[in-house]
Parts: sequence; C-alpha cells; structure tokens
Amino acid sequence: MSTPVLDVRGLAYAYPDGHQALFGVDLHVHRGERVALLGPNGAGKTTLVLHLNGILAAGAGTVAVSGLSVEKAHLAEIRRRVGVVFQDPDDQLFLGTVRADVAFGPANLGLRGADLDRRVLHALEQVGMEEYVDRPPHHLSFGQRRRVAVATVLAMEPEILVLDEPSSNLDPASRRELADILRSLDVTVLMVTHDLPYALELCPRSVVLSGGTVVADGSTYDVLTDDALMRAHRLELPFGFDPRTAVPRPCGGGAAVDSLQPTPTSEEYP
Amino acid sequence: MGAGHGHKLHFHGHSPVHRAPAHLKVLALLAFAVVVVATPRDAYALFAAYAVLLGVVIGVSRVPPTYLLKRTVVELPFVVFAVLLPFVATGPQTEVLGIGVSQHGLEAGIALLVKGTLGVLASLTLAATTEPQDLLVGLERLRVPQQLVQIMAFMVRYLDVVGGEMQRMRVARESRGFSARDPRHWPVLARSAGALFIRSYERGERVHLAMLSRGYTGRMPAEDSRPGVSGP
Repeated sequence: MSTPVLDVRGLAYAYPDGHQALFGVDLHVHRGERVALLGPNGAGKTTLVLHLNGILAAGAGTVAVSGLSVEKAHLAEIRRRVGVVFQDPDDQLFLGTVRADVAFGPANLGLRGADLDRRVLHALEQVGMEEYVDRPPHHLSFGQRRRVAVATVLAMEPEILVLDEPSSNLDPASRRELADILRSLDVTVLMVTHDLPYALELCPRSVVLSGGTVVADGSTYDVLTDDALMRAHRLELPFGFDPRTAVPRPCGGGAAVDSLQPTPTSEEYP
Repeated sequence: MGAGHGHKLHFHGHSPVHRAPAHLKVLALLAFAVVVVATPRDAYALFAAYAVLLGVVIGVSRVPPTYLLKRTVVELPFVVFAVLLPFVATGPQTEVLGIGVSQHGLEAGIALLVKGTLGVLASLTLAATTEPQDLLVGLERLRVPQQLVQIMAFMVRYLDVVGGEMQRMRVARESRGFSARDPRHWPVLARSAGALFIRSYERGERVHLAMLSRGYTGRMPAEDSRPGVSGP
C-alpha cells in the first residue's frame, strides 16, 4: 500500500509532571480517508493531536506524515502538511480581520502578494465565508468563526486536516453546514469528537482511544454497534439514536472524495 | 471596512475627522498633548484657546459632546487627586469659600485638572473617530516597533473575549445570589479576578499553540498580511 498520510507507531508520552497520557499508540491514516478519533474525556486524544504536528515531542515511538518523520528539523513542513483546527475558534482567530487570519498560515510559509490573496480567497470559498473577508472575526457568529478557523488551516493546503471537536457548541444548522463543507473537501480528515452521530455521518472509519492506547479501529458502524466495547470505554450514543436504524445520508457533494477512499469499510449500513 | 459597531469608544461616522489618516491623527494628538502640558500653568487664555480648538474638532467630527463627556469618567482618580492638592500642599495660604487652602496647591490642582481634561478629551476624540484597526495601521506607519503594535493588536482582539468571560463570571456569581455590596465580599472578587487571569493566561497558551500549528516561528509574517495594508 502507498505511504500513509499519517503513520503513528508505538507513540508514548508522559507530561513533564509525570502523568503518562499515551502508552504506545499505533495509527495509520491513508489518503482520502475520513477517520473519527473517539474516546472518553482524558483518553489522550488531545495529547495525540498535539504530537501530529510536533507541538509535543514523542517520548517513545515515531510519528510520520507522508513519510516525513515529525522532528525539529522539518517542523515547518510538518505544520504545512498537518492542519490542526482547535476547538475554540477564539484561540485560532487572533488577528483583526478574517483576511489577515486566513493569510497568517500561508504567509508563514512565505507566500506574498497576489498568490497569498488567491490562497486566502480560495480557502474562504471552500467554507462559504468569502464575503466576510474584511470583517473582524469577533463580529462573526460562533458557527461562522468555526468555519473561518477551518479556512485558516485549509489555506495552508494541508495533506491532513485534524479537527478537535468540530461540532461542539454549534447549533444544528451550523453543525450540518460544517458537515457539508467537510464532505466537500478533497482532503484527508482526522476528527476528534464526542458527537457519535456526527462520526457516523462523516467518517467511514473510527478509532477508539482509551487509557492512552487504541482499543478499537474499524468501521464506524461496527464500533458504534459493539455494545460491550462502547460500555467498556465510556462511549454512549445520545438518547434515541441507534446506528442500526439511522438513515444513511443520500450520497451527494463528496462524490469526488469518496472515489479516493482506498478502504470503503463502512458501506454496510442496513 | 468593519461592521460599524466596533469598539465601545468608537462612534461611527463619516466626518472629515473620521476620514483623516490615523497616523496624522495620532501625531496631532501627541503634539496637542505635549503643547498643553508644556504651557505654563497660569496662562489661562491659552488653555481657553486649546479648549476652543478641541471644541471645533469635536464639532466637525459630529460626535455628540455628551458621548465624550460621559467617557471622561476615566479621569476621576486624577480629579480626586487634584481636589486634594490644595488641602495637602504647603506654602502661603489663601481662602476659598471660607476654607483656608494652600495657594500653590490650588494653582497646581486647577492646572492638573485643566491639562488632564484637555488631554483626556482629545484622546477620547481620537478613539471615537478612529477604528482600532486603523489606529494600529497608523501606529505601524509611524514606525512604532512591530512587537508593540502586535501586543496592542492582541489586546484589541481579545478585549471583547476577556470582557465577555468576565461578564459571564459575574452573571454566574450573581445567579448564585452574590452581590458585592461591602468589603467582606471583596475576597470573592479578588478570587474571580485571579481565575480570570489564569483563564486568560491559558488562552494565551492555546492561541500560541494554534499559531505554532500554522507555522509561526516567533516573527509575524511581513506587512502583506496586515489588515488594511494589502488587498482591495
């Protein structure tokens, strides 16, 4: 098989205070996949995410992005390849205008002038926010800020988009709009989430992280219908939601992306 | 362009004062302040002239004078100090309304009050007629060091966020029956302030992480990405 976009092997990490968060994590994500990273609070999901772009350095084990190992020497390229969208858009959007914020990443990559402007506008078009380009981010609604936060990372043309709780605090309409956007993007996605229906809707594959190790890796449908596994790792479906009877979303928007997926694992909805 | 409901100190408008380039306004304010401070304190005619000049600028800007006057409350600590001066200063005594006060203290107090008020009013006029973003661009054009401008930009950006957090903490406190009516309640306020500080500090760390994740290496990318400097 081709080089995985994300290749994590035996990753272990302990925080400086001695608290160990990861105990040997193995994870491979291939091009075009959309993978959900599930797990209870404190499972080490955020710690794992911070290793993917080299914010934290592995205590043991390796992380490689498209064959390039995550280490100090090529952090700049790693951070171009891995786009992390953090949970709170107010953490991500820190400049005075949407334009400046979206331009921040690509400008750090050395883009200037017309090229930079094109990148910015294209990224904003991808999330449907192009008309807000000259607005200050703090005047936008929360859902709009979340979308701009996604654009700030898309503007760097990452190989993998890592989203931390993308649906948190969104109203149902914004949540659906974001799902449509994510489906329309031609990019590999790793999505950390507690929103299990969202995972089922968007990600054919799910990985469950619990107690600092990967305890399950399979089709989202199989994971969510494995009652014993779910109970053992404090995962719960929202009241009234049953993946067995959930209606799969009619295919649309993401046809080009779907054709890229090398492992169509979860087309076995009933 | 902005959404027209920018900062609390900003009064939206399209007067010549609003449209004037921000860096010129900053320079004008600076010059005005220096001249006012340098004027001898008994030159009352000059102070009257300054006040008239300021009044004309405010008139042209069409910012309602009451709008500015309400915001001069920031001056209050100085006013208290100025009022105290005649009582605590030493030297020849004089009488005002039958109360013996220090001659020097009285003059110094009046001068402090007049100079302070002129400076505060002029600053408020600048704030009322200039969007914070434009002000930052103006400072940059005046070659104020990048780091300073960046710090101010962060402040402008996060003032509302931290203010909102403070507001939510207050609402949460009051929802549990708390109101700060007497000094016994101050420890609670102090702890809230501490919590707010920690939260802001942690947010700073998260913002930094998000910046690093987008390739930040300790230096802001060149001017191109500054708002208002590039683009249509």
